Amino acid sequence: MQCQICAKRPAVVHFTEIVNNKKSEYHVCEKCAEEKGYHVPLVKTKFSVGDLLAGMVEQPGSAEEARVGRVQCPKCGLVYSNFKETGRLGCSECYPTFRSQLRPLLRRVHGSTKHVGKAPVRDAARVALRREVQRLHEELQKAVELEDFESAAGLRDRIKKLELNDVRAIGGGN
Amino acid sequence: MKLTGLSTSLGRWLDGSGPASDVVLSTRVRLARNLSGVPFTHRAREEQLVMVYSSVLSAVRKTPALTQSLALEMRELTPLDRQFLVERHLISNDLADNGKLRGLLVLPDESISAMVNEEDHLRLQALASGFQLRAAWESVNAIDDELAQDLDYAFSDELGYLTACPTNVGTGMRASVLIHLPSLVLTKQIGRVLQGITQVGLAVRGFYGEGSQIMGNFFQISNQTTLGQNERETIDSLERVTKQIIDSEQRARDELLKDARVQIEDKIWRAYGTLRHSRVISSQEVVNLSSAVRFGVALRIEGLASVQTLNELLVRSQPAHLQVRAGRELEQRERNILRAEYIRGLLGEGGSVPVSRSN
Repeated sequence: MQCQICAKRPAVVHFTEIVNNKKSEYHVCEKCAEEKGYHVPLVKTKFSVGDLLAGMVEQPGSAEEARVGRVQCPKCGLVYSNFKETGRLGCSECYPTFRSQLRPLLRRVHGSTKHVGKAPVRDAARVALRREVQRLHEELQKAVELEDFESAAGLRDRIKKLELNDVRAIGGGN
Repeated sequence: MKLTGLSTSLGRWLDGSGPASDVVLSTRVRLARNLSGVPFTHRAREEQLVMVYSSVLSAVRKTPALTQSLALEMRELTPLDRQFLVERHLISNDLADNGKLRGLLVLPDESISAMVNEEDHLRLQALASGFQLRAAWESVNAIDDELAQDLDYAFSDELGYLTACPTNVGTGMRASVLIHLPSLVLTKQIGRVLQGITQVGLAVRGFYGEGSQIMGNFFQISNQTTLGQNERETIDSLERVTKQIIDSEQRARDELLKDARVQIEDKIWRAYGTLRHSRVISSQEVVNLSSAVRFGVALRIEGLASVQTLNELLVRSQPAHLQVRAGRELEQRERNILRAEYIRGLLGEGGSVPVSRSN
């Protein structure tokens, strides 16, 4: 069957329209359907790491790309070019190893490079402490900008105290 | 056969209960976890996979809520049984295909399950009927906390739960709803709606059917990002967007009924008639026809099948389900005949196969 609109390409989109109780059937090609806004391009929303990566690597064949491609994880032996092919990392150590390459990717995929969700039970206290310290650091920054030195001094003390706890927590835990 | 329990029962997530179950078939929340110090599954050696499997199994055995779970090792199952589990939404094709040590741990009611040694060491999933994102998140979260007492998860303060694919790193959470949107498809507003969904950081795909083909008007909507937002925020935003989509489906439905009530009703009853009386029927036809009937149920048309029956029909008329039920492999031609027989029995025309209904 040929497209009813262009009469050139084969009809691959078939649909029925009901207007004022009148039913009409249409058989059109993909291109005409898209132009008329009938076509739902689900495929385009499908998302692949390969595509994303392809869009952000340096000029193919560049010396920089070749160098980055050879970077190897000391723990599992995965080389970066292998990750680019498969979209899979080899082990948890790959994350710090390929940190500088992964950051732009994570930013692009997630819009962020920071975990703010839950932590495993045994890490939860430490993670909460770290996040609190970070929050206080941001407050401190603001206080300094506002030249509110009294608050700044108080915040600095609290941070010091918490960081001391952190050292103890790390020493005792894991 | 090891599957016996699952093949005769019907998961709780298919019972048609739960809010908005005429529009949202099911809700799923899964968490990706890996064990610290062990390479991700595709780089791990056999003995490491054995270690992962036995650690997870032992942690599951110590978790009171999971003591009833069945443990199925993929290598011990026939390809047909594995396909059955895929059709049941309990394992991925990936888990089914591989020759390595992989397993499924699942509660008899299918509300909680765990794939072991899939892309990540552990894929923990809660499956619920209807639109129940929070409940599903809470149940999988509680199980995750229990397992973490015993399992040492790969976790970094900065990047969260570390996963084989960087698209899952952070919360490792993928929450999704399987939603039925016939009115939006019929009124051709679906393209606009789907585009809107992807713009707010959610992903959507047609459910039954491949690539761009939409079958049965089913869509799966899920979160796309796992960093920069905590689990609860992700769940809330998916919930908000899903509510909006349910509302626009409702509006499109009202519009359709105003313009073409008789035509719509005709289509629904014809679909019901075909399902109820056919002698040979393909899977694809079942998906499309039962979609029309489901639409009728959402329109509150009396005398059609219940949501539970439609769910049961959709899942149990799939190829592997039919073959497990028959106890042998069947040619496609035989399947199409058996499928029609099964559906006639279920919908009460009086087919020759006795129908075992759970609950």
